[in-house]
Amino acid sequence: MGSIRADGIQTGRLAPADYDVHFSDIHAPLSKHEAIVESERCYFCHDAPCQTACPTSIDIPLFIREISTGNNLGAAETILSANIMGGMCARVCPTETLCEEACVREHAEGKPVKIGLLQRHATDALMASGKQPFRRAPSTGKKIAVIGGGPAGLACAHKLSELGNAVTVFEAKDKLGGLNEYGIAAYKSTDDFAQREVDFILALGGIEVKTQHALGCTIDIGTLRQEFDAVFVGVGLSGVNKLGIEGEENLEGVIDAVKYIADLRQAKDLSALPVGRHVVVIGGGMTAIDAAVQSKKLGAEHVTIVYRRGQSDMKASAYEQEVAQINGVTIKTFAQPSALMGESGKISAVRFDETDIVAGRLTSTGGHYTLPADMVLTAIGQVFVPDGLGGADALTLEGGRIKVDAEHRTSVKGLWAGGDCIAGGQDLTVAAVEDGKQAALSIHHALNR
Amino acid sequence: MADLRSNFLGIKSPNPFWLASAPPTDRETNVVRAFKAGWGGVVWKTLGDGDPIVNVSGPRYGAIHSSDRRLIGLNNVELITDRPLEINLQEIKKVKREWSDRAVVVSLMVPCEEKNWADILKRVEETECDGVELNFGCPHGMSERGMGAAVGQVPEYIEMVTRWCKKHTRMPVIVKLTPNITDIRFPARAAHHGGADAVSLINTITSIMTVDLDQMSPWPVIDGHGTHGGYCGPAVKPIALNMVSQIGRDPETHNLPISAIGGVTTWKDAADYIAMGAGNVQVCTAAMTYGFKIVEEMISGLSQFMDEKAYQTINDFRSLALPKFTEWQHLNLNYVVKASIDQDLCISCGRCHQVCEDTSHQAITNQVDGKRKFEVKDEECVGCNLCAIVCPVQDCITMVHQTKGTDPRTGFAYDRPYANWTTHPNNPGSHAAE
Repeated sequence: MGSIRADGIQTGRLAPADYDVHFSDIHAPLSKHEAIVESERCYFCHDAPCQTACPTSIDIPLFIREISTGNNLGAAETILSANIMGGMCARVCPTETLCEEACVREHAEGKPVKIGLLQRHATDALMASGKQPFRRAPSTGKKIAVIGGGPAGLACAHKLSELGNAVTVFEAKDKLGGLNEYGIAAYKSTDDFAQREVDFILALGGIEVKTQHALGCTIDIGTLRQEFDAVFVGVGLSGVNKLGIEGEENLEGVIDAVKYIADLRQAKDLSALPVGRHVVVIGGGMTAIDAAVQSKKLGAEHVTIVYRRGQSDMKASAYEQEVAQINGVTIKTFAQPSALMGESGKISAVRFDETDIVAGRLTSTGGHYTLPADMVLTAIGQVFVPDGLGGADALTLEGGRIKVDAEHRTSVKGLWAGGDCIAGGQDLTVAAVEDGKQAALSIHHALNR
Repeated sequence: MADLRSNFLGIKSPNPFWLASAPPTDRETNVVRAFKAGWGGVVWKTLGDGDPIVNVSGPRYGAIHSSDRRLIGLNNVELITDRPLEINLQEIKKVKREWSDRAVVVSLMVPCEEKNWADILKRVEETECDGVELNFGCPHGMSERGMGAAVGQVPEYIEMVTRWCKKHTRMPVIVKLTPNITDIRFPARAAHHGGADAVSLINTITSIMTVDLDQMSPWPVIDGHGTHGGYCGPAVKPIALNMVSQIGRDPETHNLPISAIGGVTTWKDAADYIAMGAGNVQVCTAAMTYGFKIVEEMISGLSQFMDEKAYQTINDFRSLALPKFTEWQHLNLNYVVKASIDQDLCISCGRCHQVCEDTSHQAITNQVDGKRKFEVKDEECVGCNLCAIVCPVQDCITMVHQTKGTDPRTGFAYDRPYANWTTHPNNPGSHAAE
């Protein structure tokens, strides 16, 4: 068992009770009274900017008004009819760059209506009630295969089933939920919410689930296209970018942040998770933030995020950066790793070259420094892996991801796609849900003319 | 420093804020606490004769709240005092002796027989209190027994009982009026004819606050049932203010002193009533919501206001707003205002556009040159004020008096002289007069 100051990668750095505190809800849910008072702050705007800013176009003024009148279940139905993962989005959406940034009260006083927390209040009430607000339309007799049980796939499956189609979801992993289950920080999705939401979605009926079915292994696209009337691909990004420097593959303690977070999310006992004393996280997106904050919460003494460009270039929002800093994470910018140094096969330090933007291009300044590290988490982006999709030539890609049209149709007839695996994807749960929903509408329309 | 001293019917008090006849003035303990807190006077909770009445032991109050549970309206099913007459009389006498600079008026309600009124007046007089207030207003419980509002709704009874009281006492007689009538001027005139020294109004409004939809019963629910109660608090003030002004403007009663009651919560409410003709104000709900200390704000606020406007005494501004009240047909139809939106203050919520578009005159844009922007279309704006009322930003939308040029909506010059409905060509009555 370790302690905060024990060198190297250790488990159990904290007292058992501290893990519960550290990984509890990052934002406590609103009480009933708080929700009523907060809901009254909403101005019920004309052509509301918050709704426009929401990728799924939730009727935010309406659901907030429903909360204000004590109609939480009606509010939840308003939310979920636009975004079936409204519960998770209430927890993980970067509201500070979406609805809450657009709120006129942000403009007026810098204090937007707490839309995310209100959305959670309503959807939590519905989940607690055990009620199912959606019903399936009469059967269309059509069958659709959904590959990938993440937000895009589940949103697509739910909408298709609601419209009367029969859906089969193929998921490579053991559980549905995608990044909701295996990604995002634990303190944003407590009490097994991801699985409870999956259960809620499946409770509609009409959705068959086949886990441990990976494209290219147990299923292939050709067979699916023959057996089903349409196929939706929502496989996400299964590959990660490499640093491309020596030691990445063989030094103990250099870890892919995506995998580290997935292990953490699946851990039954957080004290059994190993974490370093000096953790260096390389990257500037949400994965970097989540990995850094969670290592800090697991008891790492020093956690440093190093990003090659400036803070305003980071994909993680200013709010997320602040969350990291409040939790004691140091953010260093304008430096990129040039060497991983090891001792006895274990990582011991990372050497960084200092960078600058000159005439719009990232260049080395010639300066450098070294950070001690017994654990390095790499979070420099994920990539689409087109395995099992019949090769890249059969499916037109754009920027390394699947190219789709406005209705989420791919270049292959009968094949739709959405979520992080499509070109232009925003790597957001809420955007993936919208992709799945729009693709479902397009599929349904195409099959039921 | 403004002089807040009040002289109402010769009853002197250090300020015009009296506690109305209600639970806060039910007993010596409360009244002494109120005087210590600074209240100028009290109207002691209504006394009756015979055996004391009995109150319900279930909920007596119902309320309407804002979202943050600020009390907007209150109703009650409490009756007159449920304590023995003798104890009340003893306490009144003691309090008045100990607090001679404060006003102590006693509210009364007895059956409609001259002897009952004569008897109780004699006993009340012995307390050396400053006056009596006849409770002709209570809308629940007592009215079913032929008292309270049952008297107040029949002008002849008001006049009759008032006359008895004036005959049997030397004390000033204030008649408290019920608003549960069609035209407040009739009961006020009746009180005046009966010889009343003043009227006080309004008593509470007959009301059902809400329905408990689980129990399917009017709320508050007392063992499965509810009843109507008396409504008061901030929500009733506009109704009371109008009634006060009606009596102040009526040729028959314009000299009748008025003690104004109804939702006085701040100094501003009191100033409103005084400006519309009231001699003083009575307060209940604000005290029942915040406690007696609330009077400190009322005293301070009224004093600051009077200093700012250089009014030395309450009488200096009493009734000043009354002549500004006019009937609709005398309003100037040639006075034109147009809404004006301060674009620097606008937060682009679009509520002005939404309500104007849906419910008024389609006079506010939602886009200008393809961008979200809210601007008034003068050619459509009738100057109704709805946009300014729904705008969440103070002073963002103002109604600007137009004096130069031509109204693009009507084609008429803005500077046409005063003209009203009585002479308007569309008014059939104006032709008949020719």
